[in-house]
Amino acid sequence: MDPECSRLLPALCAVLADPGQPVADDTCLEKLLDWFTAVTEAGSSLLLLQENPCLVELLFHVLKSQDLSSRILSFSLRLAGIFAAQENCFQYLQQGELLPMLFGEVGPLGGAAWTAPAVRSGWIQGLRTLAQHPSALRFLAACGAVDTIFSLQGDPSLFVASAAGQLLVHILDLAMRGPAEGHRSPQACDWPACAQKIVGHIEDSLCSTAVPQVTQALSVLTTAFGHCHGLWTQGLWVRLSPLVARLLEKDPVPASHSLVDLLLSVARSAPSSYRGLWETLAQTLSHLSPTQAGPLALGILKLQDCPQALRTQAFGILLQPLACVLEAAAQAPGPPGLLEGAAGNSMTVDTLLSSKSACVGLLCCALAHLGLLQPLPQRPSPWPQAPLLGAAVTILRLCSGSAAPTSDVGSRLCAILVGCGRVQRAALDFLGALSQGTGPQELVTQVFSVLLEYLVSPESSSMVLKKAFQATLRWLLSSPKTPGCCDLDPHTQLFLRELLPVLQKRLCSPCWEVRDSGLEFLTQMTRHWGGQAGFRQALLASEVPELTKQLLRDPESYVRASAVTATGQLSSWGLCATPAGHECPGAQQESLLVELLHILSTDSEGFPRRAVMQVFTEWLRDGHADVAEDAEQFVAGALQAASRDLDWEVRAQGLELALVFLEQLLGQRGSHCPYAVALPETAPPGVLAQALQVLCRVQLFEFAFRALFDCDRPVAQKSCDLLLFLRAKAAPCGSPQEAGDSPNVASVEATLQRWQAGEQGQPLGYLEPGAVVALLRSVDLEGLRDTLAESSDHVEKSPQSLLQDMLAAVGVLGENEADCY
Amino acid sequence: MKLYCLSGHPTLPCNVLKFKSTTIMLDCGLDMTSTLNFLPLPLVQSPRLSNLPGWSLKDGNAFLDKELKECSGHVFVDSVPEFCLPETELIDLSTVDVILISNYHCMMALPYITEHTGFTGTVYATEPSVQIGRLLMEELVNFIERVPKAQSASLWKNKDIQRLLPSPLKDAVEVSTWRRCYTMQEVNSALSKIQLVGYSQKIELFGAVQVTPLSSGYALGSSNWIIQSHYEKVSYVSGSSLLTTHPQPMDQASLKNSDVLILTGLTQIPTANPDSMVGEFCSNLSLTVRNGGNVLVPCYPSGVIYDLLECLYQYIDSAGLSSIPFYFISPVANSSLEFSQIFAEWLCHNKQTKVYLPEPPFPHAELIQTNKLKHYPSIHGDFSNDFRQPCVVFTGHPSLRFGDVVHFMELWGKSSLNTVIFTEPDFTYLEALAPYQPLAMKCIYCPIDTRLNFIQVSKLLKEVQPLHVVCPEQYTQPPPAQSHRIDLMIDCQPPAMSYRRAEVLALPFKRRYEKIEIMPELADSLVPMEIKPGVSLATVSAVLHTKDNKHILQPPPRPAQPTGGKKRKRASDDIPDCKVLKPLLSGSIPVEQFVQTLEKSTQHPPVPFLLEQHGFSDIKVEDTAKGHIVLLQEAETLIQIEEDSTHIICDNDEMLRVRLRDLVLKFLQKF
Repeated sequence: MDPECSRLLPALCAVLADPGQPVADDTCLEKLLDWFTAVTEAGSSLLLLQENPCLVELLFHVLKSQDLSSRILSFSLRLAGIFAAQENCFQYLQQGELLPMLFGEVGPLGGAAWTAPAVRSGWIQGLRTLAQHPSALRFLAACGAVDTIFSLQGDPSLFVASAAGQLLVHILDLAMRGPAEGHRSPQACDWPACAQKIVGHIEDSLCSTAVPQVTQALSVLTTAFGHCHGLWTQGLWVRLSPLVARLLEKDPVPASHSLVDLLLSVARSAPSSYRGLWETLAQTLSHLSPTQAGPLALGILKLQDCPQALRTQAFGILLQPLACVLEAAAQAPGPPGLLEGAAGNSMTVDTLLSSKSACVGLLCCALAHLGLLQPLPQRPSPWPQAPLLGAAVTILRLCSGSAAPTSDVGSRLCAILVGCGRVQRAALDFLGALSQGTGPQELVTQVFSVLLEYLVSPESSSMVLKKAFQATLRWLLSSPKTPGCCDLDPHTQLFLRELLPVLQKRLCSPCWEVRDSGLEFLTQMTRHWGGQAGFRQALLASEVPELTKQLLRDPESYVRASAVTATGQLSSWGLCATPAGHECPGAQQESLLVELLHILSTDSEGFPRRAVMQVFTEWLRDGHADVAEDAEQFVAGALQAASRDLDWEVRAQGLELALVFLEQLLGQRGSHCPYAVALPETAPPGVLAQALQVLCRVQLFEFAFRALFDCDRPVAQKSCDLLLFLRAKAAPCGSPQEAGDSPNVASVEATLQRWQAGEQGQPLGYLEPGAVVALLRSVDLEGLRDTLAESSDHVEKSPQSLLQDMLAAVGVLGENEADCY
Repeated sequence: MKLYCLSGHPTLPCNVLKFKSTTIMLDCGLDMTSTLNFLPLPLVQSPRLSNLPGWSLKDGNAFLDKELKECSGHVFVDSVPEFCLPETELIDLSTVDVILISNYHCMMALPYITEHTGFTGTVYATEPSVQIGRLLMEELVNFIERVPKAQSASLWKNKDIQRLLPSPLKDAVEVSTWRRCYTMQEVNSALSKIQLVGYSQKIELFGAVQVTPLSSGYALGSSNWIIQSHYEKVSYVSGSSLLTTHPQPMDQASLKNSDVLILTGLTQIPTANPDSMVGEFCSNLSLTVRNGGNVLVPCYPSGVIYDLLECLYQYIDSAGLSSIPFYFISPVANSSLEFSQIFAEWLCHNKQTKVYLPEPPFPHAELIQTNKLKHYPSIHGDFSNDFRQPCVVFTGHPSLRFGDVVHFMELWGKSSLNTVIFTEPDFTYLEALAPYQPLAMKCIYCPIDTRLNFIQVSKLLKEVQPLHVVCPEQYTQPPPAQSHRIDLMIDCQPPAMSYRRAEVLALPFKRRYEKIEIMPELADSLVPMEIKPGVSLATVSAVLHTKDNKHILQPPPRPAQPTGGKKRKRASDDIPDCKVLKPLLSGSIPVEQFVQTLEKSTQHPPVPFLLEQHGFSDIKVEDTAKGHIVLLQEAETLIQIEEDSTHIICDNDEMLRVRLRDLVLKFLQKF
């Protein structure tokens, strides 16, 4: 500990021990604890206490004082734990009988302070930190702490209850991990008393009829198997798995969620070492209700190695609800076992029909679980793509009321599901996920027709519509290309012809979310298909481009932003709106550029302006024909508008645009890998001089230097990177003296200094390329970069300043005395 | 209690309820779908319509070609449109005491009933219902009268001929009773019979029942009705809505504890959510106008149009439609827009509070002020000077058979740029469009029906828990086109009773009690005797006085004091309390105990017969539906013990009967 801190510590301890002094907030106490942890990790705690007796005094004082706040009491308990984590220091504190007084029954445990959850939490955390050595174990046994921890498992405060469970696992692990661990048999008979006690408690809880008790036991075990990997856990499993299995005999199975968590936790750790685990899992799958079994089945299927039979069983559980739906909606009895091993079982049907919430819950879970499984490498194989597609389509049709099931179950399902937005969203997500696989053409046609049905239907809510757009996009992009032909296949073209009028109508919707998702869909579609003749033809024949352009003036800022992105994308592909139906002549394009610039400089909301800057950057990067015509003027206009913007993201995007421009003039930045060793590639002097002239003309430096002193750190950082890149390119050009002597540079430097100080009113004025190079050299860019890389509170983070702050807050440092008058 | 069902249209009901001594007509809706069988009445000569070919039978017989015309494969009657009236033969309508009106759409048949059936009663309705109902009738009369048609077709109605016609004419019901529209004079006379009522006002009908209108949330002044006596309650739910539109919200709580709930006027398009439809309406309107097309909205002059204008008010600026003119054309357009602003007390809370600001409750006032919405009585006159395209026109009639809408259909039908958007749910849009085929104009169907849907009904029924529900048969099964949609029908326990046109239902509940008042002085004289805890009885002798369906027990007149020395004979005295009264009995006979007594020998002389016999040994007890039969086999005697009577059947032995009777009396309380 540095001497200054040692000097301040007694005063601080006095403040903490004084009930009359308002203590600094919780954050300060947490920081103080962090600091003590760091100090004790670096050196001896014993030494620390010996050199700073005020700390032990504080702990003693806390015990004596009656009216201390619960925060200080909790803090002291945790502090004591930190010190006692080292065995010699533990002994030292034991000599003074301090620890029993803090953690034993004579301490806060029996007092009124115990009613505060913070104190109970501090007590647990103190013990958690302290329990690191055998002496601690003996201490815990002697002071009866384990019984208290048992009772705290049911604490009304969830934080306390959860911490109590974790502490039990920690103690168990400590007790079992002794020097004898390697020799200890998995049989429980020779386990240490402390461990026996805890395991006995868990056994009792597992046999209890009270569900909360069972839940507590299961969650302790979950933590144990999840975090502890000693041999002893196998013994624990042998001893407790029969009790766990016995839970399954009860109806309903108690604490099923926690049971699933436990089994998955065991299965994930090292399944082969736990005897009978697979059998228990199989048994559990068959005992739990369809709703409870879903998460377990998913967990099993995600396991890396697991017996095939169990995987089949688990997959069957996930498929069952969909199998029931397929069966119920089938016009005629279909082929048996459509989803293999998952014929709709009666329990699942009962759950589906029992109530709307049960039906919706089960279907949504099944769809979500299968959707998660779909992209995984360990997903079941063969993957029943076709029946799953069929099920998703059927569910969507039941929800829209367009399915006409003939069976009784089908009609009842239809009555439950019709108009249900939650299931619609889940099914559309799932359908989208299934686009990664193929399917028979007939089914794919059904998929597109159900998607179109949803896109057309006025009853689709905005969220459902968004999902329908997303799923449609995924299916469109995954549709197979006709071999030997680079254009879209005829089915897709046909679909597009039906889709575009729908999109048109959606772009006119009174609901802004709908307009927005329609525009996003258009942007994505154009991004991928802008070059396809079939798409271009269909789009240009529709009114979609014209409507998109009109939406640039939408009252909703999100829609304007999406319209900006969409028109930008359309324009990149020469698809923007033209009254005569021609593909973008220059005049039209110019007007779009003017319109976007207008939005950039006048729009009151940030989103559309950010979108404009992104479009501009993209246009510049892709060499958009009309931008390339006069790139200089374009960049100058964009940077000028961006530099005045109040939104830092717009300014940051402006720097991105500037960087693209720089790279186009001077060549790439080299490797993007930060660890690659690359020599700076300097530009040939002729090119450089010319480039600098251009950069000066577009006033890029004015923009970049202003950004360098931006009040928003990301902007400043980005600008710093940009200038460093430029300097690397320009390094050999001219000597420092040449340019540095000119009077221009001196005045510019002065201006920059004022900017740095926050006075940014004065413009930089026109800069000569020579002066720029000189400036780049003279400004300490590396230093600035390092400063910017530090977090904003790095100056105030030292322990010394923490102590000073805490003392200053209560006026001990005496700085504010004059204020008393 | 009976219900006579005079209309088969579930949303345009006309039922008659006989309850106690009153005859109450519930609504008198006019089914106008019959007009769809007629050719449209054009405002200006339409060469297309007048040149339609006459229709001839398959064998080439063309005797009907003057009456029937063919257009795109459909056959239409070329005559003044006629309406299908409620049944007039099922019950003598001159006996109807009162007519209760629930909303302005459900009173369109009123002149037919009040002016042509001998009706002499009173009609009850709220003020907005009457005023807006008058506007609807006025518009209807105006639409039909301003284009007089010389021809009137009746040949086709002949039953033998009708059979030969193609559908739907062949299947049209009761065509002989179809009638032409009434006149303004009849309207005025009918409306003069209306008495205005306010929500929750209690109206006594002959002292027998009380009727009360409740807010139903569907339209300005729309009501549901409670019809109740002291011990019975019938609720009549007609067009109601739980959506937040312009009218006062629906009063559900007052419908609780009904014995019978008559449920009519649910949404006609249960699969279309009004909010989605409004969105669809706006999208299509905007799309058409942006492309330079015109939009035609066939509508009624009141109701949903207020909400549509309000939605457009919020939408047009954001959709960049500020420069597009909106025209509202109806003979009553001006009155409708103005009336809507003055019925503040009938509006929803939000709109009511605006009045205190003071601001007009509906924003269409601002649309009119800023010249975005213009209204005209017809296409003639000012409108033709102001008319600018592209534009949006709201006009009637939604059947597309008469009114200014016919002109716009003829004018705009040929261009695919234009769109007709149907928002009124009363007419099938394909049938409405049939005489305009082939049609290039786009057609959009966005029916906006804010009335209750089946989910809302099932919640409502759970909430108010009526003992019985009565509804049109259409509500008890899924729609024919979607037979699997079991969610689109009423689901309640016990199942709803259904009715159809011209059916008489005996409502499933019996009246068991009637309230009788006791005069205070008579009450004073009563001496109640407690027969079991909390129940006391007293005998009362009084005169029952019944007048105006009120029953009062009055003290009997005192016996006249004998005057002079001449004594009157007691026998001639007609005062009832002078008779020797047998005691009144109460209580029930405990059968087991009774049988035990019969079996035991009895000590006391009152039953000497039993003493001799030492009791009966051959007693058999049988349980019956109403009680028990005690059989004394040897004595050939039966004792029937029921809840409210006991019979001793003993043919030969009067002594035994008397003894048994006395034994029975021993078990009962007397007073």
